[in-house]
Amino acid sequence: MYSQKVMDHFMNPRNVGKIDLASGVGEVGNPVCGDIMHIEIKVNDEDIIEDIKFNTFGCAAAIATSSMVTEMVKGKTLEEAERITNRAVAEALDGLPEVKMHCSNLAADALHEAIKDYMAKRETASA
Amino acid sequence: MTRPIYMDHSATTPVDPEVFNEMIPYFTDRFGNASSIHLYGQDARRAIDKARAQVAHLINAAPQEIIFTSGGTEADNQAIVSYMLANQNKGNHLITSAIEHHAVLETCEHLAKQGFELTVLPVTPEGMVEADVLQKALKPASRLVSIMHANNEVGTIQDIKELASISHAAGAVFHTDAVQSMGKLPIDVKAMGIDMLSASSHKIYGPKGVGCLFIRKGIRLPSLLHGGGQERKLRAGTENVPAIVGFGKACELAEQHMAERAEKLEKLAHRLREGILTTIPNTRLTGHPSQRLPGSVSVCFQFVEGESILLMLDSFGIMASSGSACTSGSLDPSHVLLALGLPHEIAHGSLRLTLGKDNTAEDVDKVLEVLPGIIATLRKMSPLCN
Ligand SMILES: Cc1ncc(COP(=O)(O)O)c(C=O)c1O
Repeated sequence: MYSQKVMDHFMNPRNVGKIDLASGVGEVGNPVCGDIMHIEIKVNDEDIIEDIKFNTFGCAAAIATSSMVTEMVKGKTLEEAERITNRAVAEALDGLPEVKMHCSNLAADALHEAIKDYMAKRETASA
Repeated sequence: MTRPIYMDHSATTPVDPEVFNEMIPYFTDRFGNASSIHLYGQDARRAIDKARAQVAHLINAAPQEIIFTSGGTEADNQAIVSYMLANQNKGNHLITSAIEHHAVLETCEHLAKQGFELTVLPVTPEGMVEADVLQKALKPASRLVSIMHANNEVGTIQDIKELASISHAAGAVFHTDAVQSMGKLPIDVKAMGIDMLSASSHKIYGPKGVGCLFIRKGIRLPSLLHGGGQERKLRAGTENVPAIVGFGKACELAEQHMAERAEKLEKLAHRLREGILTTIPNTRLTGHPSQRLPGSVSVCFQFVEGESILLMLDSFGIMASSGSACTSGSLDPSHVLLALGLPHEIAHGSLRLTLGKDNTAEDVDKVLEVLPGIIATLRKMSPLCN
């Protein structure tokens, strides 16, 4: 049912955990639906995502997409990260079963929330 | 890789080699159509008659009260749809419970869409249909009550005798889906007052695609399928002779070994339940503490999701199931867990381990060896835990 890549990221998830003094935090989903993705990023002075970690509650697709998105954006600029879509994450995993495309494919949304949070904090700090 | 461990016997079971051996000749040499009057036809006819007697004996029915179907689903459909259609001039109300298998629930809901009146009874947090709840739902228009014997997800066993007697007092007929219980729990249709009962072969070490409907003598129930006059005109279609032979044998073996299997399964299930509860915090058992199917273990782990648990168990060669949304194929967790009053977030973390006759204490210990680590890994990943 799942691709080998999904199973690999599910069984050996990359970048699980939290970041001390994260620059931005994003969370999407809720426990009632059965999926929550929490992503933390650390952004350096050149607007590069230096570090990224996740915590996810959910099925294999939810965990694998979270893991994959962290790999895709580590070392990328915020601009590049903002352009990553849920679909692109699914494609990087060689696809997801159709039913999972809607409910469990939210990792890029969580990343974008984290970036938004960072931007908002930066704004307040410079204001 | 180590020997796979199968703990999903409520989903299906392997065919017992003894059952398989009985079936083999009926695929090749003894292939007759039981409706034919010649030698081969009559040989098939006798094989079906023998199986019918084996099935009937298991539940203290008369052979003429058993018709063979393609499985539990068809038996449920026939009992509910055919009975309501045949009796709608006398009343159009039917009653079922919120924890039925989809074969019953969807069938009742189909009738409701056609204009029949349906009451779906709630259950207690342990999954019991209470007598007074049924009593209050019954009314003069009530024709049929359909309540399952043992639940497939949480294993709760209903007091069928009492529920049947209340139904009868109100003038309704009583049907029970005994797919999970026939051959595992003692059933006496006469003593329990059952009017119709559905059962399936593949849950008791028989082949898939065959089951039966018991119809008490005196109940008029038309055929669901239209065609030939097989099964005394109650079920059209050429009989699946090898499958019926296998089902008969499976019933005979189930009857022979029922007590000893139940005792063994309960011992193993007890060890498994206790082991899980003592090694994994934030865990709760679902279903009834004592009135439950032998060998059925159902639990919910907080902060984690069922499909993830299943896939990790599978990587250790352990096969089980879950009522989480991802495994129920919808956005909601199983209707059974929700009917027990479990909140969505708890129901998502459900795990069902159903033991069978070939499971061993070593199998149980292997599960207890890997499961705590799996739950800990997933919890470490879960934002609900941190
Ligand atoms: C309680 C119950 N009823 C009905 C069925 C359907 O039986 P079958 O698979 O023989 O159609 C099942 C099997 O999953 C079941 O567990």
